[in-house]
Amino acid sequence: MPEVILEMKNITKRFPLVVANDKVNFTVYKGEIHALVGENGAGKSTLMSILYGLYQADSGQIYFNGKKVNISNPNVAINLKIGMVHQHFMLVPPLTVAENIILGMEPRKNNIFIDMEKAIKKVEELSENMGFKIDPRAKIENISVGTQQRVEIIKVFFRGAEILVLDEPTAVLTPQEVEELFEILRSLKKQGKTIIFITHKLDEVKVLSDRVTVMRRGKVAGVKNTKETNQEEIASMMVGRKVIFKVEKKPLNLGKVALKIEKLEALNNKGLPAVKNISFEIKEGEILGFAGVEGNGQTELVEVITGLRKASSGKIFLNNQDITDDSPRSIREDKIAHIPEDRRQRGIISNYTVAENLILGSHYRAPFNRGLKLNFTAINNHANHLIKDFDIRPTEKDNLLKSLSGGNQQKVIVARELYGEPKLLIAAQPTRGLDVGSIEFVHQQILNERGKGKAILLISADLEEILSLSDRIAVIYEGKIVDFLDPNKTDEREIGLLMTGSTANKKLLKKK
Amino acid sequence: MLGDILNAQFIASSIRVATPLALAGLGGVFSEKSGVVNIGLEGMILTGAFAAVAVTNFAQNPWVGVLAAVLVGIFLGLIHAITCVTFKANQIVSGVAINLFASGITIFFSWLLFGETQIMVKTNLPIWGLFLPNIGEGSTFVRNMIVIFAHHSPLVYLTIIIFVLSHIIIYKTPFGLRLRSVGEYPQAADTMGVNIVNMRYIAVITSGALAGLAGSFLSLEQAHFFVKEMSGGRGFIALAAMIFGKWTPFGTAGAALLFGLGEALAIRLQGVAAVPVQFINMVPYLLAIFVLVSAVGRAVPPAASGVPYEKEII
Amino acid sequence: MNNIKKYNYFIFIEKITPLIAVLLALLVGSVVILLIGEDPIFVYKTLFSNAIGNRDGWGNVLFRATPLIFTGLTVAFAFRCGLFNIGGEGQMYIGTFLAAWVGFTFTDLPALILIPLCVLAAAAGGALWAAVPGILKAKMGVHEVIITIMMNWIASSLTFYLVLVYKAPATEDMKAAGVQQMIPHTSEIAEAARLPRLYHIFKFFNIDFPSYNQVNVSFLIAIGIAILAYYILWKTNLGYEIRAVGYSPLAAEYGGISVSRNIILAMMISGAFAGLVGTNEVMGFKYRWRQELFTNLGFNGIAVALLGKNHPLGVVLAAILFGILNYGGAIVNIYTEGRIPRELIMVLQAVIVIFVVISDELVKRIIRRRRKIA
Repeated sequence: MPEVILEMKNITKRFPLVVANDKVNFTVYKGEIHALVGENGAGKSTLMSILYGLYQADSGQIYFNGKKVNISNPNVAINLKIGMVHQHFMLVPPLTVAENIILGMEPRKNNIFIDMEKAIKKVEELSENMGFKIDPRAKIENISVGTQQRVEIIKVFFRGAEILVLDEPTAVLTPQEVEELFEILRSLKKQGKTIIFITHKLDEVKVLSDRVTVMRRGKVAGVKNTKETNQEEIASMMVGRKVIFKVEKKPLNLGKVALKIEKLEALNNKGLPAVKNISFEIKEGEILGFAGVEGNGQTELVEVITGLRKASSGKIFLNNQDITDDSPRSIREDKIAHIPEDRRQRGIISNYTVAENLILGSHYRAPFNRGLKLNFTAINNHANHLIKDFDIRPTEKDNLLKSLSGGNQQKVIVARELYGEPKLLIAAQPTRGLDVGSIEFVHQQILNERGKGKAILLISADLEEILSLSDRIAVIYEGKIVDFLDPNKTDEREIGLLMTGSTANKKLLKKK
Repeated sequence: MLGDILNAQFIASSIRVATPLALAGLGGVFSEKSGVVNIGLEGMILTGAFAAVAVTNFAQNPWVGVLAAVLVGIFLGLIHAITCVTFKANQIVSGVAINLFASGITIFFSWLLFGETQIMVKTNLPIWGLFLPNIGEGSTFVRNMIVIFAHHSPLVYLTIIIFVLSHIIIYKTPFGLRLRSVGEYPQAADTMGVNIVNMRYIAVITSGALAGLAGSFLSLEQAHFFVKEMSGGRGFIALAAMIFGKWTPFGTAGAALLFGLGEALAIRLQGVAAVPVQFINMVPYLLAIFVLVSAVGRAVPPAASGVPYEKEII
Repeated sequence: MNNIKKYNYFIFIEKITPLIAVLLALLVGSVVILLIGEDPIFVYKTLFSNAIGNRDGWGNVLFRATPLIFTGLTVAFAFRCGLFNIGGEGQMYIGTFLAAWVGFTFTDLPALILIPLCVLAAAAGGALWAAVPGILKAKMGVHEVIITIMMNWIASSLTFYLVLVYKAPATEDMKAAGVQQMIPHTSEIAEAARLPRLYHIFKFFNIDFPSYNQVNVSFLIAIGIAILAYYILWKTNLGYEIRAVGYSPLAAEYGGISVSRNIILAMMISGAFAGLVGTNEVMGFKYRWRQELFTNLGFNGIAVALLGKNHPLGVVLAAILFGILNYGGAIVNIYTEGRIPRELIMVLQAVIVIFVVISDELVKRIIRRRRKIA
């Protein structure tokens, strides 16, 4: 008879725009690995934040080992031996690994000073127990993402956690790192720890979990034993309808070369090389997908092409015209459209209305600008037009963009970028953080453009997206293109290996 | 011979000029390390300067005056903390409001209590160094050292102690570690159970106390009087020193000394070169601009500085 | 649809909070007045009845509001680009001095040329002085707050030097009054450079108005500039770009907007507004430059901009309110025979700022609490 270690009963939590948790019941057995799945906005992160004391529920109770508890702040959760590894790492970049781990529970010398030697020893001990090495004196800003996640896990066990909650732990890991993480989790389970992990990746649920709770729109849609269900069933529970996993693609119809990148090099914000001698071409009517873990130079590559960053050497040609180091405005005038990976900071002005956002980039030209005055008739017509065509909701053009959901914000961006029939479309992480409905919409738009004969550069960390949309795949690792692949002849595993550079030595850089 | 003594005096007076800048700058360090920008240092210095003189004259005891200045600084710091941390207002605006408030209230009480806007200090702090036995009679070097180091107001020595303590607190204690985390990435600190609000309140109130102390030095020890608006931009120059000092205590002290040297040099030039006095007056401000421009790219503020902490909807 | 109603509700509340802040501040003020031992009701009655109870009062109020409109617009306009222009004081000095210099140097030009020239000089002086922090911020990322404040002090010293260079002897009436001989001043600007008092305009329309009242054409210029600021910000491409940069520099850059160009332009325009204070102080009132060191107009502009929610209309209204307080405060000082210092008004203004600044959050919390109960 499995022992119940945690029970969350009737949890309700409201935020100004949404009911995040609606009478949620969540039960966890001791020593199990329990997956909590749902789309974005389903309420899984909120529920776990309540468990960890970052939020208080409006109503409902939490029982720990049968006893009712009131988790008013993270300290209480930590005392209950609950540890949380967040999706966005809660690590302070300029501080060291050891400092981050001991923060809030610092070992003391003479009760006044921090005993750093003791801290370092403890960190080394804990990491060895889990089977890896880590440098306690390294600064967080200097270590890799995978290592940072391990710091997060050590942090949790430094406080003696018995329940480990992981929020989207594999979002930033390569397939190999995911395997290593799973090994660590399995060994923790053997040590008797209980694990809850939030994910929307259903294959992980299948591989790792004992049971799964599915949430949809703030409510629990179902609880199942993993062995007794499958991905299709879980997906239906998540979305409430049948989900199509594959996209329909028209046959390839190539035109001439649209974008040509020659030996491009660029530095990142820290002055280190981020793009190293990259060359490739994209023809009209094809989608070239760049697969790679975030932080391997994709961001800088897109910024250089779109004029947001200077290249340190190399050339960029659009239809044989040299556009290297052109300004963002000039790039736009050359009809290059850009769906940015950072939607909130780059793609929209949240305090501007939908109408104002829809003219961003063409605002200074006719018909929107006439001499000394903006032409509001034209601006409003344009907005209403696009709102209808792209089904942007709510349909009021004077709404501030910050009141729209993520999916609708992305629709505004897509509508704006596709208006004007661009020659080249750059879509960077275009469906990150979106719900299934919006993902389908964006994919459809991208395929439409492909059908119209546009050249498309797709950057994504989502291998499923890359495989289903691309006509060709380029794998990027540490600023270099490791190889070009045919999506019909490769799979996630091979791409995953290349994404970590494991076979980099064997493959030579080929220009296709 | 004369040149030596002049040089020793020169360094000693630089230290004197630097002291209020360093103290206020240190206040800025504490505040910004916790993530709160404090533009109101100027007003806190001014109010501290007034309170020190007013209370000293009433109580006929300069130490009580110093205490009053610190308390007044704490009070203004508390207002800034309430406005910025609890009410999440724009931190620069709050600082400017405090400066406006300080300008008004010092003149207001000055008229009310003394009937004028320039108040002489009646009782001064002792200079302990003057009581030293006459050692090193024959050695110029020793005499110079005494002038440079020993003939200061006790507040200068207090300042040095405060700086050493601050360095230890910020870098060697749990409080300091938590303080730094709150200013760099408060969300992370929050998840570790650090109380963001408490830390910021303590830091901002401390900055007020230090600025108040700086003000007391300014009016009691440097000028020996209070006159309206006497802070003269020092609160902002202190911020420039803090930036140049990369938000560390010793860096700020060093930068403040630089400003002290600059100002002392400018005053000396006044006698020597035929430069109009108005241009000499510009030197500290030009220096501050120069310092800020040269610090670009090299000095990085605490990442969360200036942003009110909101728990995000995850 | 529900969300939109909520946002409209918020916007409505936002517009009212300045009023609430002012009332709260007046409350605090009455406490202070009580502590001094005076009667708050008497004080406030005297203040308001004299300030807005008669035409002369209104004239004085508008006269004092005029420079505040300019400096308020300075802060508000820059703020729309995400910039803190605390350098209104210095930009005002430089612009005003330049206007005065043009006024007393080109004495042979006719009014039709000289007046616009002086106005232009005022704007240009302020714009150039503001260009320095603007360029430093745009090209090097140096934070403008401290730079602009340092520039204030430098401007003060610079104009002091210049006024000594262009020093004019004390006039006969000054010598007779025996007072203000210590404050240096320049020669008077030409007759052709002076702006007429509004009295003349009222006389033209047969409206009764005291001839000694100092409110002048500069007030009309201020209103005109406020309208211009509104037009630029919300009706032109330049305004679209400036506000975009203010809201989100990264998105603006992504949209092809030159962030550095707009920062510099916004600073220069806002500096020009500050410089135009010279049209009131010099061209409309004193007719010469006098070294007055602690006018605080620049800083009061910040208070006005905040109270006016950084909107030109709000700035005008807030400036008028401050004009009422300023003039009323002077009257109260006289009526109480000096027992209530004029600086009480300064304190009140600072308290208003603090209340305005916390009122937004306060109101949000009250709304949140009400919705939880609902």
